Amino acid sequence: MTALPVISARRRRTDLFARGVFAALTLVAIVPLVLIIYYILDKGLGAISWHFLSTDPTGNFLGDPGGVKSAILGTLEIVLIATALAVPIGIGVALYLVEFGRGTVLGGVVRYFVDVLTGVPSIVFGLFIYTGLVVTHTLGSFAGWKGAVALALLMLPVVTRSAEVVLILVPDSLREAALALGAPRWRVVARVVLPSALTGLITGGLLAVARAAGETAPLIFTMGSTLPTNFDPFKQMNSLPVQIFNDVGQAQDRLVTRAWGAALTLVAMILILTLIARTLARRSRLT
Amino acid sequence: MTGDGFAASQTAAAAGEHGLSRSPQTRRPLVAQAPSASARPTKAARRVRLEGLDAYYGDNHALRGLDLEFEPNKVTAIIGPSGCGKSTMIRCINRMHEEIPGARAEGKVCLDQVDVYDPSVNVVAVRRAIGMVFQKPNPFPTMSIFDNVASGIRLSGASRADLRDRVERALRGAGLWDEVKDRLAEPGIGLSGGQQQRLCIARTMAVDPEVLLMDEPCSALDPIATLKVEELLADLKQRVTVVLVTHNMQQAARVADSTAFLLDGELVEVGATDEMFTQPKDSRTEDYVTGKFG
Ligand SMILES: Nc1ncnc2c1ncn2[C@@H]1O[C@H](COP(=O)(O)OP(=O)(O)OP(=O)(O)O)[C@@H](O)[C@H]1O
Ligand SMILES: [Mg+2]
Repeated sequence: MTALPVISARRRRTDLFARGVFAALTLVAIVPLVLIIYYILDKGLGAISWHFLSTDPTGNFLGDPGGVKSAILGTLEIVLIATALAVPIGIGVALYLVEFGRGTVLGGVVRYFVDVLTGVPSIVFGLFIYTGLVVTHTLGSFAGWKGAVALALLMLPVVTRSAEVVLILVPDSLREAALALGAPRWRVVARVVLPSALTGLITGGLLAVARAAGETAPLIFTMGSTLPTNFDPFKQMNSLPVQIFNDVGQAQDRLVTRAWGAALTLVAMILILTLIARTLARRSRLT
Repeated sequence: MTGDGFAASQTAAAAGEHGLSRSPQTRRPLVAQAPSASARPTKAARRVRLEGLDAYYGDNHALRGLDLEFEPNKVTAIIGPSGCGKSTMIRCINRMHEEIPGARAEGKVCLDQVDVYDPSVNVVAVRRAIGMVFQKPNPFPTMSIFDNVASGIRLSGASRADLRDRVERALRGAGLWDEVKDRLAEPGIGLSGGQQQRLCIARTMAVDPEVLLMDEPCSALDPIATLKVEELLADLKQRVTVVLVTHNMQQAARVADSTAFLLDGELVEVGATDEMFTQPKDSRTEDYVTGKFG
């Protein structure tokens, strides 16, 4: 038996120093985050009321400025449409990459473009839809669905990437088992791969939604803004990010306060979504 | 013959007759037909014959001109050192080999008269006729015990009539029924490793295959679970031709009627199991079975 060597004092000092450095760096990263949340709560909490949530902005220069109802509903609807567009396509692309395009040239090219798309600034998607659908007056000028398409473009690479990661995690042994039972490839995907990856796919989708819900730039250029609640995606629609964008530049304190309230609402919505996504992800890891 | 005597080639006609062709109306008539089979005490399993089988992974020539025959209703063990091509060989039999990117096979694998690599043969039908059990138990994690066994029937698009009966029969056949009959709705991955492997055997047998390929089915199991699977083999071979890859000489000696020894992608020797272990003809076989290498 050899005696276990004692850790030297020098080594212990180095360890302590390294721990200190990393703790400090972590603090630096967290401070702005905490400040942002504090700021939004501080400035926005006062604006939140039932009236704030349940009335449309009036647009009156004097008197009651109204709330953000149309913006909340608009954001929900636009994001829903964008999700309905981006999630199936994104998962489809991921399925191609993982199930059929492994090791093919096309698969590599597609993956590369998805990567590039991930890094494209959101304003570019807005401009792309603006020049492609708004300027050309395709089915009218500014419209909710054009905003939804811009958001969907933004979500697409996020959904694809996260779905790809989840699908790769489905063990090959399951695919082999299904194939060896005489299942055609598409049935293996539909009956074995997708169900096994389901929670992960939902999590990835929700995170993409959370990312898209807060985007302003793709919406300003594509769906304009209106004050009253409008569910018709072929007309202009209001949304929380655009409402904030418009209010925060106003000279009236009341409107700036409304911007903070809207920001708090938006952050709360995204936070809830993220929490759901994380809970789902944790649950899937446990099983 | 079904009357369509104009099939292009002998093999294509034979394929149609054996239900391996793509045309839907001739799908697996031998199983449904069964009169000839019922005349015999056991279900008519098929003879499997490899003729000049070569398999590649890209440039890696993993099997070199293999000629080998597996007798119907017998257990044939495949032994050989790691990397000699045992898995590759049995994956060639049900055409799973080609699922690996860059992998291909040449030569013939005949199921009775039908070459499963014939272009007129439907790969899905091949895999339904030739079931496979893997080294690690791999029940579908999202499915219940019942659904796992039913999955083979559902996934291969086979007729779903009397699904419950077929599941029960398959579970009984795998010696698992009494252990799981009260928890059929529970997830399949909740079973022990040995039970999971028997569940996988039930899942494979539920499709009613004619050949059963097993790639080291007991290597992840404890001795008692292994014994159960081995006892099962004696039953299973009443209905199917069994090809069993194993690293365990005792296991081969216990359950196999004949044994084949592979080395570096080539067949060294094949023969009755007791002869292979007591008086092998090839000195390399002797070295291997006596533990001098491998
Ligand atoms: N997916 C693969 N890609 C490339 N080469 C492979 C692959 N699988 C196996 N091989 C090669 O093919 C040869 C035969 O492998 P195989 O898996 O058939 O051996 P084995 O006899 O089953 O070995 P073991 O007893 O370890 O399971 C080996 O040289 C191996 O490196
Ligand atoms: Mg192997």
